Amino acid sequence: MSFRIIVLAKQVPDTRNVGKDAMKEDGTVNRAALPAIFNPEDLNALELALRIKDSIKDAEIQIVTMGPFRAAEIIRESIFRGADGGFLITDRKFAGSDTLATSYALSLAVEKLRPFDLVIAGRQAIDGDTAQVGPQTAEKLNLPQITYTEDVIAVDEKSITLKRRLERGIEIVKTSYPAMITVHSSAPECRPRNVKRMMKFKHARTVHELQDENKDYTELRNRCPYLDIPEWTVADLNADEVRLGLSGSPTKVKKIDNVVLAHKDSVSLTNSESEIEALMKELIDTHIVG
Amino acid sequence: MKNIIVYCEITEEQHVADVSLELLSKGRKLADDIQAKLEAVVIGSDLQHIEKEIYPFGIDTIYLFDDARLFPYRTLPHASIVINLFREITPEIALFGATSVGRDLAPRIASALRCGLTADCTSLEIGSYEDKDKTFDQLLYQIRPAFGGNIIATIVNPETRPQMATVREGVMKKEVFNADYQGQVKKMNLENYLGKDDFQVEILERQIEPQKVNIKGSQIIVAGGYGVGSKENFKLLQELAEVLGGEVGATRAAVDAGFIEHERQIGQTGVTVRPKLYIACGISGAVQHRAGMDQSAKIISINNDVEAPINAIADYVIVGDVMDVVPKMIKMYKKHAK
Repeated sequence: MSFRIIVLAKQVPDTRNVGKDAMKEDGTVNRAALPAIFNPEDLNALELALRIKDSIKDAEIQIVTMGPFRAAEIIRESIFRGADGGFLITDRKFAGSDTLATSYALSLAVEKLRPFDLVIAGRQAIDGDTAQVGPQTAEKLNLPQITYTEDVIAVDEKSITLKRRLERGIEIVKTSYPAMITVHSSAPECRPRNVKRMMKFKHARTVHELQDENKDYTELRNRCPYLDIPEWTVADLNADEVRLGLSGSPTKVKKIDNVVLAHKDSVSLTNSESEIEALMKELIDTHIVG
Repeated sequence: MKNIIVYCEITEEQHVADVSLELLSKGRKLADDIQAKLEAVVIGSDLQHIEKEIYPFGIDTIYLFDDARLFPYRTLPHASIVINLFREITPEIALFGATSVGRDLAPRIASALRCGLTADCTSLEIGSYEDKDKTFDQLLYQIRPAFGGNIIATIVNPETRPQMATVREGVMKKEVFNADYQGQVKKMNLENYLGKDDFQVEILERQIEPQKVNIKGSQIIVAGGYGVGSKENFKLLQELAEVLGGEVGATRAAVDAGFIEHERQIGQTGVTVRPKLYIACGISGAVQHRAGMDQSAKIISINNDVEAPINAIADYVIVGDVMDVVPKMIKMYKKHAK
């Protein structure tokens, strides 16, 4: 393979559809009660990678995701949509990592996949909305970063030209490789699963998934080694443990408050014409409007 | 003496951006709280007299980097400058606007300096923190809604410096500290701060529009949530806003659903507003949205749901369908307007 694209993707709790049992009584988040989904902007990132792969001969896409065992779903989903393979970074020692510690772990995984040409990720994950992990990973890998990417304008083996979405306009930028790209939600939506790939890869599993399912796939996997989704632990990454988890996270949570609304004494009105008339008249008389 | 530094963003018109002026105002207060100097780093091109714009916010030192290659903003040269400057002057606290520039730059710096960074803070305070048997005094409390707005988290960085935070435009109040305040400008030698290959990324083209929508400056805001239902229905809100002489705003859910443009998003990841009158139409009132509007002088909530959280902070609650209530408001306003 001559052109390698690494996509960083994350499985996130669907914070957009938070139900009543999402919070435990002690005020902490009940992650188990939230459905786990592919972080939306990471799907935009995958699509961008697939488009680049479509225009460059012999390009390959590898997914890197960090999370619990079940986060392997992200890799399988990406493979169904056109990625070539993926790696799950999983270890209890990562628990409690803030964005700095997370970017350290991700950067070590990307290092293991050198040589690469592009690292692509969603701008931000919906469970934190910080948009920090992309730039922090780029810094650790000493890569230039093109953030808020909306589209590929031109791409070849030497350089890529991208359109960036800013608050009040756009910017067209060009960079050589290697480089890091983060992708904005206004970028094209990800293509659906490919039926042929689903057939071929439906049994792709990590070691832990195989153990959980308690099935013997030895014969199948000997015949089809591409069905293996590798897991990488702290040891595999040769990581400095002090820089991971809580000890590697400079930000500490001092306290978490449940949201308590400041109550006002509000006046309740029906939508009858007379009550609305009285309200509008009061607003005019008190010079709030008019 | 300790120091607090604000990264001052430069606008297309070669002025210091409002969000930076707001952060300087907040920075001055924090500096007084911990007996620190307030400093600013300004990076751009053609910046003669820029200091006059910002001295009144109470700045003691301006680190000025002025070079044709430094505008428009590019990540690598700005990051090299700020990283190397921070290594030299070791700020206690560093504040950045949560703009497309600040959110691109701040994490890169936090990574290089291995320090903590909190995005999109809605409040900054000074306080102490206890960890096992250690007490840390005069830390920056970085306060933000988290996890879908179900909780408010107070974050601290006890051990690493600077303590870094980004804040959206409009969250802090812009306040002149002293019109005659005079600090000093340090004109910096760029070459001592740049890294190798910092100009690798080329900007081929830019199309930046002047700010069209100014909901931050509007005294009357008619805002719609997902409950408004469609792009078509938002036109009715537009009509009410026009009649009252205000602007239309929206929640993130309404923007994500494509009902209205992103520029009108109010809340933690949008604009913060403090109008005389805020009319919330079909808005349930997630904490991230309230963070952007709860300082409005008068709040009217129109909602089918009597239990909608926003009703608790509303002065008037109209129980009913938005499409039903808004036309009546327009009609009655026209009837009584002088």
